[in-house]
Amino acid sequence: MSNETYTLFATLLMQGFAGLSLFSVLLLMALGLAIIFGQMGVINMAHGEFMTIGAYTTYLISTFAETHGFLGESFFLSLIAAFGVAFAAGYLLEIVLIRRLYKRPLYTLLATWGVSLVMQQVFRQAFGAREVSPALPEWLSGSYQPATGIDLPVSGLMLLVLMLVVTFGVWLLMYRSRWGIQVRATTQNRTIAGAVGINTKRVDRLTFALGCGLAGIAGAAFTTIASTGPTAGGLYIVDTFLVVVFGGAASLFGTIASAFSIAQAQSVLEFLMTGSMAKVLTLVTVVLILMMRPEGLFSLKVRK
Amino acid sequence: MANLKQFLTGLTRGRADLRNVALLAAVILVALPLTLDIFRLNLVGKYLTFAFVAVGLVLCWGYGGILSLGQGIFFGLGGYCMAMFLKLEASDPVSTAIQSTPGIPDFMDWNQLKALPWFWEPFHSLPFTLLAVLVLPTLFAYLIGVTMFKRRVGGVYFAIITQAIALILTVLIVGQQGLIGGINGITDLKTLLGWDIRTNSARYILYYVNAALLLGAILLGRWMLSTKFGLLLVALRDKEERVRFSGYDVADLKIFVFCVAALFSAVGGAMFTLQVGFMSPSFVGIVPSIEMVIFTAVGGRLSLIGAVYGALLVNFGKSYFSESFADLWLYLMGALFIGVVLFLPNGLAGLFREPRQAWLQLRQQAQTWVTRLCPRCLPAGGKSEKGAV
Amino acid sequence: MSKAEVLLAIEDLTVSFDGFRAVDAVNLYVDKGEVRVIIGPNGAGKTTLLDLICGKTHATAGTIQFKNIELTRLREHNIVRAGVGRKFQTPSIYEDLTVYQNLEVSFPRGRSAFGSLFFKRSEDVAQRVEAVAAEIQLTDQLHQSAGLLSHGQKQWLEIGMLLIQDPELLMLDEPVAGMSVRERQQTAELLKRISANRSVIVIEHDMEFVRAIAHRVTVLHQGRVLVEGSMESVQSDERVIEAYLGH
Repeated sequence: MSNETYTLFATLLMQGFAGLSLFSVLLLMALGLAIIFGQMGVINMAHGEFMTIGAYTTYLISTFAETHGFLGESFFLSLIAAFGVAFAAGYLLEIVLIRRLYKRPLYTLLATWGVSLVMQQVFRQAFGAREVSPALPEWLSGSYQPATGIDLPVSGLMLLVLMLVVTFGVWLLMYRSRWGIQVRATTQNRTIAGAVGINTKRVDRLTFALGCGLAGIAGAAFTTIASTGPTAGGLYIVDTFLVVVFGGAASLFGTIASAFSIAQAQSVLEFLMTGSMAKVLTLVTVVLILMMRPEGLFSLKVRK
Repeated sequence: MANLKQFLTGLTRGRADLRNVALLAAVILVALPLTLDIFRLNLVGKYLTFAFVAVGLVLCWGYGGILSLGQGIFFGLGGYCMAMFLKLEASDPVSTAIQSTPGIPDFMDWNQLKALPWFWEPFHSLPFTLLAVLVLPTLFAYLIGVTMFKRRVGGVYFAIITQAIALILTVLIVGQQGLIGGINGITDLKTLLGWDIRTNSARYILYYVNAALLLGAILLGRWMLSTKFGLLLVALRDKEERVRFSGYDVADLKIFVFCVAALFSAVGGAMFTLQVGFMSPSFVGIVPSIEMVIFTAVGGRLSLIGAVYGALLVNFGKSYFSESFADLWLYLMGALFIGVVLFLPNGLAGLFREPRQAWLQLRQQAQTWVTRLCPRCLPAGGKSEKGAV
Repeated sequence: MSKAEVLLAIEDLTVSFDGFRAVDAVNLYVDKGEVRVIIGPNGAGKTTLLDLICGKTHATAGTIQFKNIELTRLREHNIVRAGVGRKFQTPSIYEDLTVYQNLEVSFPRGRSAFGSLFFKRSEDVAQRVEAVAAEIQLTDQLHQSAGLLSHGQKQWLEIGMLLIQDPELLMLDEPVAGMSVRERQQTAELLKRISANRSVIVIEHDMEFVRAIAHRVTVLHQGRVLVEGSMESVQSDERVIEAYLGH
């Protein structure tokens, strides 16, 4: 093929890959929220801050690892730690606050916004107001070149793999495990679930904590493509909610499809116009569709 | 006994007692101007523009049950309309003679624009601008309302979508440096029809105009709540289905109250531009919109007057703490959100109006909390966990 | 005996949810001034039938003609304005408003946003509210918060909120559920009074009550009309006994 065609092909491939990376990030963020909002109907405006917890945890571990010489292996440790810390924080939050507000979603929204403010300030005081970036291990930096002129960043590939693994894991958990059945039973009919012996309070607590833990992983993954500051979480909270709502809150498949279409739409548009206009156009389309079809584009059932 | 019940029922109606309106008028028209210097009074004027939004939210959220997290949209639209008029006036060919293209706003010149964009042209006229301030945001609210309420989108979904719209507008404005001033907004506003708005005397006059308009809005709201429409709002919040099956098009009612809230916010935005001298996208987006909700929540979402005090209180607190204890402020703000939701769902007004009930609620909530965190701290009471109201 | 006018004509009405036919090709005719009681086991489709008439649920097939107006095409509030009133199973009143306000808010004038803003609380409104309150025996409670009423009184208030609209067709879903014997008698008397100039459809399980008020009875079973006729004929019908009343 001619040089021009090849260059075009290469550019398209890399653009498509950028879209896939965006998809991975959106999906990782949205998975946690889909579980919390979709399954439990809880609005957690602090979801972005749980992501930031994961990011800062990664930063701490990688800084420590760098000075002690195990930076290469530290990434996986960071992922696990990010999950763990965010999970624990979410568990705590559920006990202290969320538990009290289950029947009042609008109030949960406001209260968790307050929590996000507090968390942002904690980050600011602990890590400073400036953005930080954890050191990337050797094997994550640089790019993979399957052919000349095609540069696929390794971090982007890692993100893709991570997203696949995590999504598969969530699917297994929600639809193939005993605990997943308990969660779905509790959402669909709390009273009967309780009567059958399911500890609904514990299920709620763990579900919420799991959602937060997933946000932590997203935050850890996020550090490979951008720096983190105290307010990093707030940047994406609305997008994440839109992804979840657009996909039809209660459907895992819906969330995946939604994240994919939104990410691709935005990437393609960025090719044709300025970044901000691309974002505006994507958001406007999503909002318009939501206004027409409030149950989400990919929801399988229309609830009456 | 019947009298007591009547009294209690009258309280839950929430219309601002005329005495309380007079008290508020005395505070903002007399007490504050007499005790504060013009600099601080101008700040109060700014806070009072936010109060417009809070008052609108009392009608729309407190009474109608519609939580909008995007009131910044309408505040911003009103403010930008006014800013465009004032900017055009400040960009006459004489003062902008040093620009490569005189006669257009400075930021357009910096962005190499050669002519005024078409949508700026009508804002040369003050009557058009005033009309735009009142009509454009209300029309936008109408469109949003029609698409959402007719499809029965409410509650949480509505809140999220209003956030999304606020985000869209912010990104749009920030991305259009040349057309609308971008992230810096529209600044350096000087005169209104030749009258310099930056002088102290102008600031006094604008303050009084603002305060008068705010009181007017409150009286308007008070009147609305006293009509059958006011009853309908309460009924709507309680049993929407029953209202529908009593022959009312519920969507129309919701659209109406949402538009009223938008109108109030727009007026507030325009007054903000006049008093502060600029308008920027930092008053349009998600953060300011949620803050305005908290003003209403603190003041009492069922109280028109409470909303004003809430706006004043939170903003006074913000400026005081930002000066002295900057680090502490965000914690306090966050605690305010959490605290009001958990302990004071009817805000300060609830505390004043029904002190006994508010106190009981507070005590019960606190007790449930303490028992949960430290089961042995309180004497055994066997209180059931019915904290949710 | 003159031929009564048909007020409500339901033909071939069907609604299916995911393949399950809650109401299956139902034919029903209600005359002017008739009190029709619908009985049947749980899940027979009684409430769904009312939902279909008042517009809460959309039919999959069939027609509902009310005074020559096709109801299946109208929105809920327009069906109400056409003259159909619906009472729900659990008392659906405005707990935060007084009895007076509950009735006033249901007054059939000023039904748009602007209309309600400029609604004049003239003498005729007050008189009508007081008249209806007297009908439902809540005159003494007019200025009491509706949330403080007893269960039975709440049911009456809801009926009153419908009466004040002067509907030609009144539909009541289990109006005496949770009431004492005395209250049931009072409700039966109330129904007899108000059915003088209108048609009423009632869903009920209390056979004593049904016998006291019914002109005709329709038995629904698994979404279909099983039997229709006077209370006596229905009660002694073999099929009804087997499906519902019998042991």
